[in-house]
Amino acid sequence: MTTLPLGPPPATQAARAVIPGRPVLLGRNTGDRLYRAALTGLALSLPLLLVALVVELSASAWPAITRFGFRFVWTSVWDPVAGVFGAAPMIFGTIASSLLALLFAVPLALGVAIYLTEFSPKWLRQPVAFLVELLAAIPSVVYGVWGIYVLIPFLRSSVVPPLRAVLGWTPFLQGVFYGNSLLAGGVILAIMIVPYIAAVSREVLLAVPSSQREAALGMGATRWEAVWTAVVPYGRAGLIGAVILGLGRALGETMAVTMLIGNRHDIGVSVLQPAYTMAAAIANEFSEATTDLYLSALFEVGLILFVITVAVNALARLMIWRVARGTAVGSRAL
Amino acid sequence: MTAVVAVLSFVAVLALVLILGYLVAKGASSLDWSFFVKNPVPAGQSGGGVANAIVGTMIIVGLAALIGLPIGIGTGLYLAEYGSGRLGWTVRFVADVLNGTPSIVVGIFAWTWLVRPMGHFSALAGSVALAVLMVPMIARTTEEMVRLVPHSLREAALALGYPRWRTSLRIIARTALAGILTGCLVGVARIAGETAPLLFTALGNLNFTTSILQPMQTLSLQIFTYGTGPFDEWHRLAWAAALVLMGLVLVLALAARWAVRSRHGAAR
Repeated sequence: MTTLPLGPPPATQAARAVIPGRPVLLGRNTGDRLYRAALTGLALSLPLLLVALVVELSASAWPAITRFGFRFVWTSVWDPVAGVFGAAPMIFGTIASSLLALLFAVPLALGVAIYLTEFSPKWLRQPVAFLVELLAAIPSVVYGVWGIYVLIPFLRSSVVPPLRAVLGWTPFLQGVFYGNSLLAGGVILAIMIVPYIAAVSREVLLAVPSSQREAALGMGATRWEAVWTAVVPYGRAGLIGAVILGLGRALGETMAVTMLIGNRHDIGVSVLQPAYTMAAAIANEFSEATTDLYLSALFEVGLILFVITVAVNALARLMIWRVARGTAVGSRAL
Repeated sequence: MTAVVAVLSFVAVLALVLILGYLVAKGASSLDWSFFVKNPVPAGQSGGGVANAIVGTMIIVGLAALIGLPIGIGTGLYLAEYGSGRLGWTVRFVADVLNGTPSIVVGIFAWTWLVRPMGHFSALAGSVALAVLMVPMIARTTEEMVRLVPHSLREAALALGYPRWRTSLRIIARTALAGILTGCLVGVARIAGETAPLLFTALGNLNFTTSILQPMQTLSLQIFTYGTGPFDEWHRLAWAAALVLMGLVLVLALAARWAVRSRHGAAR
């Protein structure tokens, strides 16, 4: 929806003549100018905020950046006493827990989206969509409490033993399972990002023209074949965008992961072992950072996390915009 | 395959039911009068409540809404009214990107901006952090709602000689009011449960306080402390506080849904 043209319409002189001194249609009276200036000022606050965030984080992280350089990203020693900091385990843990979450969440969320747009009875759509979106309304810290006292005991008693019996020989299931682990963090993250991926995927699938569907059905495809060969490929960019958006959420999630992942500076491939994430490190250690260098190292962790999530989100948005141009897709998801 | 996607939908709903069910099962029995009106007692003793955290949540979230809503709504109006140019595109893109910023990063940002210069933690810093999280979201939903207003309304107002600013405020924003309100409620619901940005700003406080320049407790911080603490009594209170927080968020979310429905009929 574009605004009305600002240039003087042909009837300007007449309008002036009718209401002397109030050239209302020009859009140039004082009230309009003030209004536009005020709104522009408010709108500028967002880009300024982004710049301020980057500047503040960079400035605070600068001592650590100059001291450690790129070693910060790929070394694993995190020794506040000696003043040596390497964030590789956290970066690894952040990416590993997020990918693990995607592994569980993507089939679930796409299943929900496909079922609700293509197959479910009409009366079921609204209630189920609402319930799934409610998952996004649950505060992170509540997920954390639920994870500690419900999910971990459940994993310990009913999931890990059978999993070990079948796949125990793989390197991914080695070591003693204490509860707090990459697996627990990944599962809770998966539940948390399902509503985002599902909501955006649903809007993407709804935006697919029904002619696509009808064409496939007309060629003799079953309803599932029509979905899988016509609808999903058509919305592919948007669906990938939805998944990347979920990834962005998972990367930055703090409280639930902090409470469940075990917080150990270590790189290991076993999902049963504790790990660490960048967000968890900041949450745990920021208030006990006694030296300036330690604090600065945590700011650098925050800066890296910020840059990664901004890049991931930007990518996701561009892909979603390609399908559902210009709409605030997903913002309706709580 | 149809059955598979149906089962997957069922699993997602089941997760919600399990979480809410456990909250009620484990938290409801601890909800009594003293839980709401008493302050926490020293660790190890039984009893006590979270009155300070409930009041703290309301103050911090209320202040955040006071700061964030005007900026967010104004930005949204700008995007809808004047947002077709390059600045509009930039603001829209930045809002979408900021929408996904990790809340913990916003927390340490607020720390450098407010806590470090002031020299102490404060509820105000927590509110600012929450407001920062809120603005991009409110801006985008406001924009979307304003864009739903039919163009003919604007043209009618302008044709009657209304200046553009009055058209925008009196006609457009007013017509979209229910939608904007919904966006605001959703935004408030989302920040009400935030913990990470408050860890280094509002910090938490064992005592009752209403001074926004002091550290202040919120339900989310209290749940974190109690949920990860060593005492059974704390765990009990954590479940109860989680139930209360969840109830608060649900009420806001349902109110938002109701506001949409009463205005636009069934939401899509």
